[in-house]
Amino acid sequence: MTDALSKLLSTRDWLMADGATGTTLFNMGLQSGDAPELWNADHPDRIRALYQGPVDAGSDIFLTNTFGGNASRLKLHDAQGRVRELNRLGAELGREVADKAGRPVVVAGSVGPTGEIMAPMGPLTHELAVEMFHEQAEGLKEGGADVLWVETISAPEEYKAAAEAARLAGMPWAGTMSFDTAGRTMMGLTSADMVTMVNKLAHKPLAFGANCGVGSSDLLRTVLGFTAQGPEIPVIAKGNAGIPKYEDGHIHYDGTPELMAKYAVMARDSGAKIIGGCCGTTTEHLKAMRAALENTPAGPRPTLEQITETLGGFSSASDGTGEGVPEPRTRRRRRG
Amino acid sequence: MSDEEDDIILSELDNEELVQQMHDDLYDGLREEIEEGVNILLERGWQPYQVLTEALVSGMTIVGNDFRDGILFVPEVLLAANAMKGGMAILKPLLAETGAPRMGKMVIGTVKGDIHDIGKNLVSMMMEGAGFEVVDLGINNSVDAYLEALEAEDADILGMSALLTTTMPYMKVVIDTLNEKGKRDDYIVLVGGAPLNEEFGRAIGADAYCRDAAVAVETAKDFIARKHNQMAAG
Repeated sequence: MTDALSKLLSTRDWLMADGATGTTLFNMGLQSGDAPELWNADHPDRIRALYQGPVDAGSDIFLTNTFGGNASRLKLHDAQGRVRELNRLGAELGREVADKAGRPVVVAGSVGPTGEIMAPMGPLTHELAVEMFHEQAEGLKEGGADVLWVETISAPEEYKAAAEAARLAGMPWAGTMSFDTAGRTMMGLTSADMVTMVNKLAHKPLAFGANCGVGSSDLLRTVLGFTAQGPEIPVIAKGNAGIPKYEDGHIHYDGTPELMAKYAVMARDSGAKIIGGCCGTTTEHLKAMRAALENTPAGPRPTLEQITETLGGFSSASDGTGEGVPEPRTRRRRRG
Repeated sequence: MSDEEDDIILSELDNEELVQQMHDDLYDGLREEIEEGVNILLERGWQPYQVLTEALVSGMTIVGNDFRDGILFVPEVLLAANAMKGGMAILKPLLAETGAPRMGKMVIGTVKGDIHDIGKNLVSMMMEGAGFEVVDLGINNSVDAYLEALEAEDADILGMSALLTTTMPYMKVVIDTLNEKGKRDDYIVLVGGAPLNEEFGRAIGADAYCRDAAVAVETAKDFIARKHNQMAAG
């Protein structure tokens, strides 16, 4: 049986994913420092409303409120014993909303990073990471998620652990990393490196790509980096709506719906097949993006110059691919 | 690997070469070699403070600059910091004994709700690498935890870190509380984390936003120098 995401991917040229979860929940009264996932049990109506937003704005895929739903993250709130429950509830509410949409909408079970550093640099072993992701995956599966949606990952080891967990849960999956440090992930992975890594996975994702990071310009440069490698797996672009600003006790992102509409079209022209937003992307942004994607004919791949002209400058001169990559210090002598 | 260049005998290098080699070894994150180098310099009669500044701090400055410039990334910096730590463990008791100059004391931790401590750990290590005393409160800190530690430790600097847009507003809660208690001006408040920027730092009333660990060290030095100047003038 084919999963819902594969079906949609096979029938459409592009799909629109959703926008921000955290930003929306703050606007509903989530307090800074509280665990959003607890609302799956405590405020199901607000979570339904969270999911309904992108569905009404035209998203084909939305992510569940389970980003921090692994044992390592929930431990902060002394809820490490509720991983299965909170993920199941998050997916169930999603299933409910998606099934009433009147068109195919994919419930993507969000899986965020553990927040720990993987061995050998840090304490988290591959086995432990797989176990944590697997526990979360089973909850999402039980609640009826169509796919697992791994996001905001920095370490290749963690991405691989999530892939392994998806295999163990028997779930199709998609996975994006966050390229927020000089065009690479925090751990130094380039866009080209990610394509190489994804190609080597035993349990390959249905789609891979980038989310969050710095701004929409950087994100598109990353997408161009992916597509330059000619990947066979569809590419996901989920960029932030600009840069966060602090106003009246709230985080506000400065990217307008018009800007995100341009970003969406450029993302598609850059070769992304699944296009959405991340932090700061509201339903207003999504509506503008949907309209732009429907009403703008496909164009040629944008150049880096066109991206900066339209969306603003990059956060770094190089993203670690192609020409002009800064070289490490020349050691006097190398040791073995 | 076994070519001729593997056979570097640290004790056979003269002081200048040894310090250069230690900079390389820090860059490559070789902890045992750094420990050995520190011991050799001490045996040769170097003051602990000189070993700290010329061999370790200068070496970590190179690491910090390349991190800032997007040449090194977190894994390499973690390794370098680990090597630095090995050297520091030897020097720390000796520095206290010899009454070496003190740079200042920082209380640091990630804010309530945030367990992402990679950036915080880097800042912590680089600050120690630059000679600061660091009291690391770990993750998930409430206002009370920060305030108690600042007082108990008689700190000069408060460092707060957040990686999530859902947790970064908590920094303002901490700063507002310091203001309410009339203690804001007692401390230099530095903030950092991936989703933050300079404007955010200003908006919540921090003294500075620090883009990365290398910038945090420079900023801290700068503010401490200004504080000393003020005290001298006042």
